[in-house]
Amino acid sequence: MQPVDHKIHHLGSRLDYAAGFTPALLDPERPPPAIVAGPNGKAAGKRYNVYRNNVTVSLINALAAAFPATQRITGVDFFRAMARFHARATPPTSPLLFEYGHGFPAFIERYEYAKPMPWLADVARIERAWLDAYHAADEAALAPEALALIPPENLVDTIFTPHPATRIVRSRFPAVSIFAANRKEGPESPVEATAPEDALVTRPGLEVAVRHLPPGGAVFLLRLIAGETLGAAAAAAFSDYPQFDLSASIAGMIGAGAFTAARQGD
Amino acid sequence: MSTRSTVGAAILAGAVTAALASFAAAGPLTEAEGKAAMAAGKEKCYGIALAGQNDCAAGPGTTCQGSSTVDFQGNAWKFAAGGTCASIKVPGDRSGSPEPLTRDVPA
Repeated sequence: MQPVDHKIHHLGSRLDYAAGFTPALLDPERPPPAIVAGPNGKAAGKRYNVYRNNVTVSLINALAAAFPATQRITGVDFFRAMARFHARATPPTSPLLFEYGHGFPAFIERYEYAKPMPWLADVARIERAWLDAYHAADEAALAPEALALIPPENLVDTIFTPHPATRIVRSRFPAVSIFAANRKEGPESPVEATAPEDALVTRPGLEVAVRHLPPGGAVFLLRLIAGETLGAAAAAAFSDYPQFDLSASIAGMIGAGAFTAARQGD
Repeated sequence: MSTRSTVGAAILAGAVTAALASFAAAGPLTEAEGKAAMAAGKEKCYGIALAGQNDCAAGPGTTCQGSSTVDFQGNAWKFAAGGTCASIKVPGDRSGSPEPLTRDVPA
């Protein structure tokens, strides 16, 4: 047999083995796979459980690393129990662990024992957006000077290109204040906010920034991110929030580095 | 028939002018500017991260956070305060570098 053929055959059998080995890893109800056996064909339940434990703990650790504020709010024991349920229900689809947990906020929303903390899922959404922004591609943010060069009569039809790191998280709860209070070092300070808070997450340089958006800011930015014109986005924000401050929102989005370019729409 | 509402050119021009004025104003650094300056003061430093402790290159198809497999791997980096990278010593008479290193790279 040629060495190349041998290699291909070997890889194929390894994939077959993995396909037989993995299905029961996250399901304690299933028996260990038949292909796993101890010496002399003895059952290998305990040996297989070592792998179950390693996989489960690594996924829980990945969630704990990605959602530190969420864990701080719930406490470690509560968080790890919740994360274990999620890991068993939703195994990772990517081999990159930092991609794990996109479904975790929605899981928290449904998780029975988290119901008394209805804001918890939104805090987790901000943390997931933070990690997305952290790993997004590097691009230079739109400079204020570029905006100044647009002729005033063209502003209505101007369309902005969102920065790859830009994320908006809307919440019916003061999620930004709760997130900030539980992300900072040192002792916890009481959160006094009660009003709904929307978050803008950006990373114009190397550091992720989370900002609390003023009323109408999220509507305005979501429309711009969707590719609507400046005129249409501003109109939508004014219509939903009469107190919307257009000038402050434009200054905010440029200062935050939410966009990379501006062009004339059709 | 649908009418798409929009905001008048004059209102937009005024808002943009006011927004830009907030950038031109000289004064103490805002919180956002302070953060940007801090971010700018940090540089990538190669060859100083423990195995699995490197920061992320944050680009598609490149090295990524926690992917280094040996201590002080030469082509993995960590953020370090600006200007301090080359002075960071690691065991074995090795030091950090703002450029990728060829030492301690796994085969």
